Amino acid sequence: MSNMNYSWKNNRSMFPEADETGKLVVDLDSQKYIKVWQGPNHPGVTGNMSLELTISGDEVVEAQTHVGYLHRGFEKLFERRRYMQCFPTCIRMCVPEPDTNEYNLARGTELLGGIEVPEMANWLRMIALEMARLQVLLRMVPGQAGTMGLGLPAQWGLYYRELILDRFEELTGGRIYHMYILPGGVRGLLPDGFKKRLEENLVKIESFMKDVDRVIYANAVFKKRTKGIGVIPEAWIDPYGATGPVARAAGFERDVRKDYPYLYYNQLDFGVNVEHESDVFARFRVRRKDVDTTIDLLRQIMSKMPEKGDIKAETPNVLHWKIPRGETLVRCESSRGEYIFYMVADGSMYPRRINMRGPSYSHAVVLLEKLLINANISDVSPIMVSLATCPPEIER
Amino acid sequence: MKDIIDHLKKRFPVYEIGEGPNGVIFMSVEAAKLVPMLTSLKANHGYGILVILSAVDWLEEYKFQLTYIVNNPEEKSDLGIRVFIKREDATMDSVHRLWEHAATFQREIKEMFGINFPGSPRVDEPFLLEGWDNLPPMRRDFDTKQYSEDTYFPRPGRETNDPAEYMKQKLYPDE
Repeated sequence: MSNMNYSWKNNRSMFPEADETGKLVVDLDSQKYIKVWQGPNHPGVTGNMSLELTISGDEVVEAQTHVGYLHRGFEKLFERRRYMQCFPTCIRMCVPEPDTNEYNLARGTELLGGIEVPEMANWLRMIALEMARLQVLLRMVPGQAGTMGLGLPAQWGLYYRELILDRFEELTGGRIYHMYILPGGVRGLLPDGFKKRLEENLVKIESFMKDVDRVIYANAVFKKRTKGIGVIPEAWIDPYGATGPVARAAGFERDVRKDYPYLYYNQLDFGVNVEHESDVFARFRVRRKDVDTTIDLLRQIMSKMPEKGDIKAETPNVLHWKIPRGETLVRCESSRGEYIFYMVADGSMYPRRINMRGPSYSHAVVLLEKLLINANISDVSPIMVSLATCPPEIER
Repeated sequence: MKDIIDHLKKRFPVYEIGEGPNGVIFMSVEAAKLVPMLTSLKANHGYGILVILSAVDWLEEYKFQLTYIVNNPEEKSDLGIRVFIKREDATMDSVHRLWEHAATFQREIKEMFGINFPGSPRVDEPFLLEGWDNLPPMRRDFDTKQYSEDTYFPRPGRETNDPAEYMKQKLYPDE
């Protein structure tokens, strides 16, 4: 079977009939179709989410995303918490990359409350955000091969991710959840010798990425399984809300750090990594290049940042801080795409509404459902992981 | 940006135009004019991306606010459009024909706020909550504490003891 068979077909004559609402009527008694639930507990599914697949032979004819296995009601909890008390909750929205949530919430609170952040704090925020990006990519890049049975590089990647987590522990006291970025600044300066140790880690990671290139990039099996699979046409990117590496793999030069510069990203020299094939392999390549960019950015930040400075602006007492009525939109670039917070303040000590939108909210629901149609069942996991699905973002 | 706002002012009944703290321009429009306005912004002004569709409950004022933030990737600008609808019989026109992923936002808002979007795909199917028969949980008059007390606590078989008393009874039952 050629790869062309896996992309979206307009001829749907072989598919089940649709009723007047557009929903497929699957007659399971006809023995042509089987329902398969992939998830919520499945090695090929990232997190607690399930895909209800209707398959014919080994081809998916209909896919539906089901979430709700991890709903913790964060946005409801925010309504009853003061701004400062929202931090421990909001970082738990995405386990692998909590720092983007911290940054967005802190930035939104500062914008609404009118707080200026000292220069040193902004540089330290950039270090935290880029380290977070690197540790996610170290899981995600070799992890893409893990979805097709090449599990060993994924395990190697975890070791190198731990090196970055060690640095996080040194900087913030926590390995997974850091709560380092707070309204007004950050919690602490870099420890003595931090830059040297981080540089040593970066050298190790660079040498590891050469191994990744050898075992994954140049691997015939990996190429055969990923090229031409899960192709997202250019026309789908905007209506389906695709952002980040998914949009960049389709040829869109979009990066929040470049387009809507925040912190001091406009003082750094970096490019936007773009591919054009828009298949699983292209998305893998974008992320592989992102690793190099992130390492380079970390080095630039370390050489450009000042040695000393204020790290925290004066804020009102955070437990009695009334924020004037207003609304704002905050965005930053996470490793998976654009991360957005929409915050509404009503003049009280509690936020009226904080709505968080991660990239998976669109990627893993409408886009994935459409992309899986015509896919081979063994390609479901690679496609899902290539969209960097993180279910907690969908259900908050 | 000023041209677009002038153009919108001429064609649509927009009001409360103001700039947010980081330069995003927010404006309000009547609910009936929202879909034509978004269609015009998408077709004529390049606002081709729906960034977020969010609902806010202003219980004191008996209304819901729906915020549509659209983005123009060429100009790199955002526009926030607010719509206020009544709390009773809350219904809004669906925008899933403009953006496919709006269906997910609408399905979640239907479940969490009880705002209906007739015609939106799968809008009546449960999104996160299965078998929910209470008030939509993100409404501010939904009492979370009461709900958890009614639903989860006290569970049969669980009892609370005073630690000092309990240990005393355990260690010295005869005294």
